[in-house]
Amino acid sequence: METESGSGRGHVIRRALTATGRGWALIGQSVRSVAVFALVVVSGAVGPIGLGVVLLPRSLMLLRRTATAARRRASEWSGVEIEVPYRPLPDEGPGFPARMTRLWAQLCDPQTWRDLSWALLDPIIGAFLAALAAGAAWYGVYGYVAGIFWQPLTQHGMDDWYTFIHISRAGHLTFLRWFTLPVGTAFLVAGVWAAPALIRVHGRWTAVLLGPTKQARQDALTHRVARLTETRADAVDTQAAELRRIERDLHDGAQARLVAMGMNLGAAESLLDEHPEAARALLVEAREASAKALTELRELVRGIHPPVLADRGLGDAVRALALNSPLPVEVTVDIPGRLEPAVESAAYFAVSELLTNVAKHAHARSVRVDLWHRDRRLRVTCTDDGHGGAGVGSGSGLAGIERRIGTFDGVLAVHSPVGGPTTVTLEIPCASSSAKTSTS
Amino acid sequence: MRIVIGEDLYLLREGLARLLEAHGCEIVAAVADGPSLLEAMIEHRPDVALVDVRLPPTFTDEGLKAALAARARIPGLPVLVLSQYVERLYARELLADGAGAVGYLLKDRVFDAAQFVDAVRRVAGGGTAMDPEVIAKLLARGGPSEPVGQLTPRELEVLGLMAEGRSNAAIAAKLVVTERAVAKHTSNIFAKLGLPPSDDDNRRVLAVLAYLDH
Repeated sequence: METESGSGRGHVIRRALTATGRGWALIGQSVRSVAVFALVVVSGAVGPIGLGVVLLPRSLMLLRRTATAARRRASEWSGVEIEVPYRPLPDEGPGFPARMTRLWAQLCDPQTWRDLSWALLDPIIGAFLAALAAGAAWYGVYGYVAGIFWQPLTQHGMDDWYTFIHISRAGHLTFLRWFTLPVGTAFLVAGVWAAPALIRVHGRWTAVLLGPTKQARQDALTHRVARLTETRADAVDTQAAELRRIERDLHDGAQARLVAMGMNLGAAESLLDEHPEAARALLVEAREASAKALTELRELVRGIHPPVLADRGLGDAVRALALNSPLPVEVTVDIPGRLEPAVESAAYFAVSELLTNVAKHAHARSVRVDLWHRDRRLRVTCTDDGHGGAGVGSGSGLAGIERRIGTFDGVLAVHSPVGGPTTVTLEIPCASSSAKTSTS
Repeated sequence: MRIVIGEDLYLLREGLARLLEAHGCEIVAAVADGPSLLEAMIEHRPDVALVDVRLPPTFTDEGLKAALAARARIPGLPVLVLSQYVERLYARELLADGAGAVGYLLKDRVFDAAQFVDAVRRVAGGGTAMDPEVIAKLLARGGPSEPVGQLTPRELEVLGLMAEGRSNAAIAAKLVVTERAVAKHTSNIFAKLGLPPSDDDNRRVLAVLAYLDH
């Protein structure tokens, strides 16, 4: 019990020390934000003379980065999760018009203006809270120092007041000097006790201006609903097409072969007594038909859900794909446990299509596929040393992949300069099952 | 020949047992799931175990894992893996220990009883039996710049049959040529691929498979 309460006390002190340290860091942050505020205002002011066109986009990006860092700190230090409320920016493109479109979009985003007012107010309100958190406990400690070492301190020109106590006062009230000890203790206790709470309050203050407004949240929801409607329609279409394909394959393939087999067997049965040779030939034919039906069913199953994917998960399934590719494919996998089955399947078929694309169009000599899962996101990159020039729009099948992973809020990025190399990156948010250790 | 069967489908398990008993084999155990298969293989130490890749309780590659685990405990325990589909990845894992006495065949191959029993005997005797589909996938990799691309069509055919695990005599019978002609082809193949010549049939097959699956 002793040690427990001891460690508990240690814990409290450590927390208080951390909180006061954070207070100091937050004061530093508010200095930074006032500088950014000044920068934005100045580059806005010189806008009319043309210089602003160069400066404003940069200083606005700096503002955004500063605000984003503050949001992250609020989440890490105060446990206050602040959604990133910006409207999506138009695609990054080269050239002056694209830059201006982006600038205009940024200026039209109300959050930009809220960020700016935060940059002005945080040095006042935020820094006040931070200074309380940072200073109170130390001021308490200073109370002891002032009470004990008042003489040398005042001789060296230090202020001879500690709160309401005049420490160098002579006469019959000198005993008041000793009040610095209880008052200092009060500050110390209050500081240790309040610092973590003040840091939390600071986090909440940050959320007031840097968090989304009701309107922004509603806009984001509207946007999300539109996106979900679109991807759901895609998913339904894809699935319906898939079912039609399976139906057709079964109808024309295995089903037809089974019918032929049945007929052959029936004919063989009736020929068995009188023409055993002819019956034998029919039986051989029936056996061949059954083998063909099996082959077709196997291909069909592979197209629906590859058995190795079900057995081993995405990593080994992609390794198996790599082994079957006509090109040398190097695969690295860093996925603990298993992913959600639907995501595994989508990612598998995406990689399969990417490898087919590379083999068909890229004139590549080798391919690299990297899979990794971190922070609830699956990331796949596929890099080839081919001649490049691939794009989502150019009918390369990339648009299809993008549509299918869109169902899972996945995104696809292509980097493919003419002359290569080409890198396609997929990112799909998904959870991973608790790391299942493989038996080996 | 003493045989352990691990197969979860009743009809197939009974069918395999009946087929093998008709060819003079003794079925010492026929089980339907991964854990009891591993137990049976270790307890009975059969001349060969027939293993279905996908078995209960997980219905993933339970059978393959049991086979690999048994071979880790009893090195070189002959195992013939049967599956509805073949994967190079699994073939590679089975061959990885270099001990031979492994087979990996599609279940369809059971249709041709004579060939199937031949494959079972070969594996029991320490040889290999790889499905033609696995071999086809291995051979498909050889581009014109690779040594495999420089083989004549006949040599490719011989290489394929050899990689499946067949002896010179069996290849000769299959291609309707003399055994000496096959021997000449095989020595040509070994020279072109830069592999050291070997008289031991099993060793030769493993070398070829390792070469193709590099």
